[in-house]
Amino acid sequence: MSDKVTNIVLVGVGGQGILLAAEILSETFMLAGFDVKKSEIHGMSQRGGSVVSHVRYGKEVFSPMVPEGEGDILFGFELMESYRYLSLLKPGGAVVVNDLCIAPPAVLVGQESYPADMALKIQELCPDCLLVDGQNLAIQAGNARAANTVLLGAVSKRLDIEEKYWIEAIEKMVPKKALEVNLKAFEMGRGLK
Amino acid sequence: MKEILSGNEAIARGAYEAGVKVACAYPGTPSTEILENTIRYREIDSSWATNEKVALEVGIGASFVGARSLVTMKHVGVNVAADPLFTLSYTGVNGGLVLVCADDPELHSSQNEQDSRNYAKFAKVPMLEPADSQECLEFTKLAYEISEKYDTPVLLRTTTRISHSKSVVNMGERTDLVREAKIEKNAAKFVMLPGNARVRHVVVEDRTVQLSKDGCSMPINRVEMREGKIGVITSGIAYQHVREALPEASVLKLGMVHPLPFDLIREFAAKVEKLYVVEELDPFIEEQVKAIGIPVIGKEIISICGELTPGRVRKAFGLPENAATAVEKLPGRPPNMCPGCPHRGVFYTLNQLKAYVSGDIGCYTLGFMPPLSAMDTCVCMGASIGMATGAVKVLSPEERKKVVAVIGDSTFLHTGINGLMDMVYNKGAATVIILDNRITAMTGRQENPGSGHTLMNDPTNAVDFELLCKAIGVKNVRTINPLDLDECRTVISEEMERPETSVIITDKPCVLIKREGIFKAGAPLQVVEESCTGCRACLKIGCPAIEWVPSSGKKGKAHIDPLLCNGCDVCSQLCKFSAIQEAK
Repeated sequence: MSDKVTNIVLVGVGGQGILLAAEILSETFMLAGFDVKKSEIHGMSQRGGSVVSHVRYGKEVFSPMVPEGEGDILFGFELMESYRYLSLLKPGGAVVVNDLCIAPPAVLVGQESYPADMALKIQELCPDCLLVDGQNLAIQAGNARAANTVLLGAVSKRLDIEEKYWIEAIEKMVPKKALEVNLKAFEMGRGLK
Repeated sequence: MKEILSGNEAIARGAYEAGVKVACAYPGTPSTEILENTIRYREIDSSWATNEKVALEVGIGASFVGARSLVTMKHVGVNVAADPLFTLSYTGVNGGLVLVCADDPELHSSQNEQDSRNYAKFAKVPMLEPADSQECLEFTKLAYEISEKYDTPVLLRTTTRISHSKSVVNMGERTDLVREAKIEKNAAKFVMLPGNARVRHVVVEDRTVQLSKDGCSMPINRVEMREGKIGVITSGIAYQHVREALPEASVLKLGMVHPLPFDLIREFAAKVEKLYVVEELDPFIEEQVKAIGIPVIGKEIISICGELTPGRVRKAFGLPENAATAVEKLPGRPPNMCPGCPHRGVFYTLNQLKAYVSGDIGCYTLGFMPPLSAMDTCVCMGASIGMATGAVKVLSPEERKKVVAVIGDSTFLHTGINGLMDMVYNKGAATVIILDNRITAMTGRQENPGSGHTLMNDPTNAVDFELLCKAIGVKNVRTINPLDLDECRTVISEEMERPETSVIITDKPCVLIKREGIFKAGAPLQVVEESCTGCRACLKIGCPAIEWVPSSGKKGKAHIDPLLCNGCDVCSQLCKFSAIQEAK
């Protein structure tokens, strides 16, 4: 095992299932035999605030926070939040992002507007960017709420971890009644180019 | 067995493995999940107390009769518990007692960023500080050994990045303690009248000296020599950032941050060319190291404000920063009250009535944000009522009418009730609104004495707020439906006019309550496009389900997201054109 630590930053809006996705990532890496650390801020996040979770794995991980400019993958659940945290990504880092806009309070009340062309701007700054239509793929998998698992599948494709560990982690973390849909959603995400 | 645990989960596991019998807390981010996890172990009697002082007193009682007890709180909670803590330092314990205090550098969800290490020194109590989840488990167990060996309560300090970060933990088994809880009278030790306390104070001072000496050989205080020329003294999460940012540096990692192992510090200082202290918040270690005559660099390079990150440590040591992608300024995304939140109508009304709102700690503190903009003060748990009393003492009769204190159910029972008794007793003429949403919502929906259920999910007595207020002498108590704007306006304005104390209780539950039958969502609403004149009245309540669509119609129109709407109907009461109706 090399000494290199791999850094993943998950960002989005409170309530999108970001923390569960981060849990599944961490569990997968532990099952694959790595040291893992994960960090995020709870408290106000479920009330529609901006959410950032850091997941790091490798032979030995010290800080639970991804240092600025060292993120290998930015795993985004919402476009504007993904753009906001691009500074955590290393130059040439990969982005896997859900093609979705959620308006923040100032935009809801018409004081500001949702910034235009977010997807385009992310792609300009990060050529290695996969834009995922998470919502529609999740509906195809059987439940609109499985968008986070579709995205997880897309992210998994970019990490050198055997598929069996991903499946084992999903089976452990996802409630039984939602498991079938989530496994399907994961495979759909994993199949994306 | 290996598992990925948060610091909080690992502390709960450590308490279980240490044979703890009683765990008590008042919820507070980032400490809350500790007690939410001790309930996984039926051997531990876990309960929410009405406040941190009571939680500690429950822990003390269990300890005095021989059981190991765990008490947890956030940093500001220690201020509330400080009274018993300082004397507990004198009495010492019988069964081990560990008080976890969770600090919040960077104020992710707090009203200040106090450094609880000062409490260890101030109360003369040893403090351990873990640096990851494995240490959270191990240090909790060790804290009970120290507590009993040195006859002292032990503080276990975490910070947000320890409490809420997850890392891999090797778990062990529960120790079955032979000792049974039973009454053992020992007045000289447990009755702190001046005569007894003078004797105990000497014991406390000797204990601190002994712990400082013994700390030099404790494995949790360890020297890691590396090839670099600099040495860093550090502890807790700061240790991880130092290892990340300065891999060559020699490190003295302190697991016990009070009392400090001075001989070990002297030894380490002698081995390195240049000595630094890397610590979050106060120069707690730095000042003490300087006081024993060792030159050290600390707060000259690291800010006294905010939490550390690997990047901030790199910057402090003048290391090149990583290239960061520059992005344009974006609209912020602050948290908001939920769609259907019962507080929204009250704050809208208070804004309309131009009240001076003395606020408190809870979800409803978000009422200060635009467009509701209806909270003028917020200091600490339970303060809103006392502060209103103070304000009306000095305002003119006309200004006095504007003073309204708002407080949640849990916060009222925490320390607000004392403020209300004081207001009635001292004839304070202000209006108090108890925002009773049946749960401690802000910290993630914990039960409280008003909710009718215990932490361990047993049904229990629910406080009757109306009767309680009457019993302490409030003559004017009224209960209102906070989702009915006319009722809110009528009742609140009438009570504001009244030249004596009055209490208004709101009676709609939090929309996030999981327990069945408490919260029932109404039918989702929709904007009838042809009727919407684009007047924007519905936007004044800042509901996340209502969006302004500028491109629709001449001036733009409102749109309601049916997936987010909980059907509370507050917005439709604001619409003069009946454009908001039940979705068909």
